Amino acid sequence: MKVLFFAMLRERLGCAEIMLEQPEPTTVAKVLEQLKSHSQEWRTALENQELLAAVNQSFVSFDAIVQKGDELAFFPPVTGG
Amino acid sequence: MAELYNELSQSPAHGAVVTFTGLVREMASGELTHLTLEHYPGMTEAALQDIAEQAMSRWPLGEVIVIHRIGRLALNENIVFVGVASGHRKQAFEAAEFLMDYLKTRAPFWKKEHTHEGEEWVAAKQSDKTAAQRW
Repeated sequence: MKVLFFAMLRERLGCAEIMLEQPEPTTVAKVLEQLKSHSQEWRTALENQELLAAVNQSFVSFDAIVQKGDELAFFPPVTGG
Repeated sequence: MAELYNELSQSPAHGAVVTFTGLVREMASGELTHLTLEHYPGMTEAALQDIAEQAMSRWPLGEVIVIHRIGRLALNENIVFVGVASGHRKQAFEAAEFLMDYLKTRAPFWKKEHTHEGEEWVAAKQSDKTAAQRW
């Protein structure tokens, strides 16, 4: 599955997009935990931040299921308008 | 802007037209050089469509127009335009306010402020969250 990062989160991770191997369906929360274990830098960027998530371009809660082929995105609270 | 107003005021059934424009404003320190607006291609369009459809299902509206610019914007440039046409002014005012409250909390855009010293991401405001919750 594809994971996208936006705005300040993207800058702190130094990454806009990553492909994750995820053969089994899992939750958004579990994917986030997996991403935190990527490096200490990533753990710092992802921990203790207010983050929002979207799956296939719709907002979801962190207990939503994601599976192979999905597009998952994490980003800070939005500031448009 | 005139074309947008013309589009909104087409129908003789809709005697009320309300529009809102948001512009790039100065920072308290007076040092803003420009803003950049990041967005999530695909989701941003879908979110704006969804927000407009929600407004149309809650109020009897004729035309609804929502425009949001992206990329680099200078001081005083237009960022966002919301326009609604309705039979009566109460619905038009309420729908326009709803569209802005939802757009500010549910559309994937992120603003970054640039000065000569550097740049900083704008933080989301609790007041915007609270405003969206009342609908």
